[in-house]
Amino acid sequence: MIELLVELVLVVLVLAGSGFALIAAIGVWRLPDSLMRMHASSKAGTLGGSLLFFAVAIGLGEFDPAVRALAGVAFLLFTTPIASHLIARATYLLGVPRDPSQVRDDLEGRYDLAARVCQAPPEAARAATSAASGGERPSTGAGGGAA
Amino acid sequence: MRRPAGMFAINLMLMLAWCGSFGSFGPWTLLTGFVAGFAVLYLTRRVWGDPEPQYFRKTFAFLSFFGFYANALLQSSILIARQVLSPRITARPGVIAVPLEAERDLEIAALANLITLTPGTLSLDVSEDRSTLYVHAMFFDDPEVVLDDIKNNFERRLLEFLR
Repeated sequence: MIELLVELVLVVLVLAGSGFALIAAIGVWRLPDSLMRMHASSKAGTLGGSLLFFAVAIGLGEFDPAVRALAGVAFLLFTTPIASHLIARATYLLGVPRDPSQVRDDLEGRYDLAARVCQAPPEAARAATSAASGGERPSTGAGGGAA
Repeated sequence: MRRPAGMFAINLMLMLAWCGSFGSFGPWTLLTGFVAGFAVLYLTRRVWGDPEPQYFRKTFAFLSFFGFYANALLQSSILIARQVLSPRITARPGVIAVPLEAERDLEIAALANLITLTPGTLSLDVSEDRSTLYVHAMFFDDPEVVLDDIKNNFERRLLEFLR
């Protein structure tokens, strides 16, 4: 009974994981511009890979491979966003053309392409006075600063 | 009031004591030992100088954040899957400026990375004065909803756990 249940969970995990990986691939092929393609590869790809890792962790039923599989999930969750963030930023900096369906671009004109830094919109910029008074955070309890 | 790191060390020692008394250091004994140690520390929390020390608050905040995050990753993948498999691509992408409440570099970096794995958003860059995060959103039907989700769900929960 328990074994059947484990098998069922495994089937669901493997099918869902490979399904999401396939969807990520189709998304990279179908979506109109590179920034939207990054959405497909970063999210669906991460989830697909993680589900397959979980399937390995449960399916082998041993401790060592399970720990390694969980470490794999952690590495996926830590590294994928950084990679896709860098690619997206490079896309923007290089001025790769974007699909005309784009409705709004708050970043337009605020990027110094030579120095590769961007400015905040004027209404959100942190004023010198508010930075001085806003320096204190909500206290986490007496002596919380010790940590 | 003890620092969270100190409480964690005590918890680890309790775990080792548990394993020693069972005479086994297998994965299950280690796990149950840690949970039991945590429970003992929680029940005796008044002894440690503060009725609600940081250690427990942060552990619970971390667990609740983890569940919330796993759910968000699943939701975002389903959203993308629906769009990718639909006959016509109807997404209306855009770049939105999100004013940041997070101040420390660690907080901003964590938030930016989390946003990349959440429904329809991808972080692009942080402004030079660290007041604004530029986010590429894929479904821009209502900018207020996108903004509200990032501010009230993600940033609030993350800061609860980090601060």
